[in-house]
Amino acid sequence: MDKKRRDFLKIAGVTTLAGLGGTTVVDRLVSGSSPVQARAAQEVDPAEHGAGEQTAAAGHGEEVVKSGNRLGMVVDLRKFREHPELLEKVRQACHAEHNVPDFPNKKDVIKWIWPTGFENAFPEHSTYHLNESSEDNKVPVFCNHCDSPPCVKACPTRATFKNKDGIVAMDYHRCIGCRFCMAACPYGMRSFNWRDPRAGLDMNNINRRFPTRMRGVVEKCNFCAERVGLGEQPKCVEVCGETKAMIFGNLNDPESEIRKVLKENFTIQRKPSAGTHPSVFYIV
Amino acid sequence: MYDSGKIIPGLIIFVLFITFPIWYNHGDAGAVPQPELPKNVKECVLPITEMRSDHMQLLNEWRDIVLRTGDRSFDVKIGDKMYQKSLMNTCMECHTSKKKFCDTCHTYASVKPYCWDCHLAPVE
Repeated sequence: MDKKRRDFLKIAGVTTLAGLGGTTVVDRLVSGSSPVQARAAQEVDPAEHGAGEQTAAAGHGEEVVKSGNRLGMVVDLRKFREHPELLEKVRQACHAEHNVPDFPNKKDVIKWIWPTGFENAFPEHSTYHLNESSEDNKVPVFCNHCDSPPCVKACPTRATFKNKDGIVAMDYHRCIGCRFCMAACPYGMRSFNWRDPRAGLDMNNINRRFPTRMRGVVEKCNFCAERVGLGEQPKCVEVCGETKAMIFGNLNDPESEIRKVLKENFTIQRKPSAGTHPSVFYIV
Repeated sequence: MYDSGKIIPGLIIFVLFITFPIWYNHGDAGAVPQPELPKNVKECVLPITEMRSDHMQLLNEWRDIVLRTGDRSFDVKIGDKMYQKSLMNTCMECHTSKKKFCDTCHTYASVKPYCWDCHLAPVE
């Protein structure tokens, strides 16, 4: 090929101009169309993944059509002091109902509801010269099903979400085990399945109506969504029964029993300063 | 071509070798799986052909409706009975054997669904 310097410079100049002009045109097009495209993508995406679910993460809007309910619980610690065996009974019933494994190694432990000391449950409350009964008795702790759940904001796959009744639920099909939710929960109410949970279960003696979990997912109390959805009470409330140590109901219904109990008693919540608005209340 | 006496038989052997699975099986797809159907029930959630092709989509839909929208009602009609949308508590109620029903086709098609990592198959 026989190229002159003059020709080379001409071609180089034209190419540079085309390149510069081309990029600006492309940029213009992309910046002009991107919000529309992004919005369209967000609108299509949830339809594929969750039926009826809308853009929660994108628009911080409502996830599903809300029922207007906000399910909550009042734990009456006075009743638990009257019936010291009740807490262990509740724990066992819950764990049996939901096939929660039992691992002796502390690092592997999975728990949905368990007893803890007063100072651990309520670290914001002064325990200086704490009264004897609070000192000696354990407090049942479990997921608070917060109205502003930080775990839901942290979850990158929306595996944990607030359902129509205000229950903070888990969709184990979606959980990728990143454990952001565990870091986000100010109460430490979530457990990670480091091992195959079936290794910690007596497989001949489990609840065959409820699934187990698999290795690598995070789990926690689900407020018995599977029972509540059928109009039953959560297992722990059922076990407490007539003692009325745990009262379950709709916090948004002024006529509900739970609202009556809240009206009549002084209650506290765990770490109110975290701003998560827990739906679990304690009568101390 | 140099060494054609070696290269051409070599190529023939190579082609025969890589097509081994095709001519060895004579286009035979193996014995067609025979999943064992429930004896006392004649109907399923959808007609049998639709169940055969779309049961996985149906299960995914059920999962999303139950978990995400929280609709746990008994709205699945099989025969004249109403059932919940549930793999463990509805499907496996009639299909009492995972080995004789699910696994027959899944093994044949080399499909490995992860349902049973969490969900419990009936005791056999």
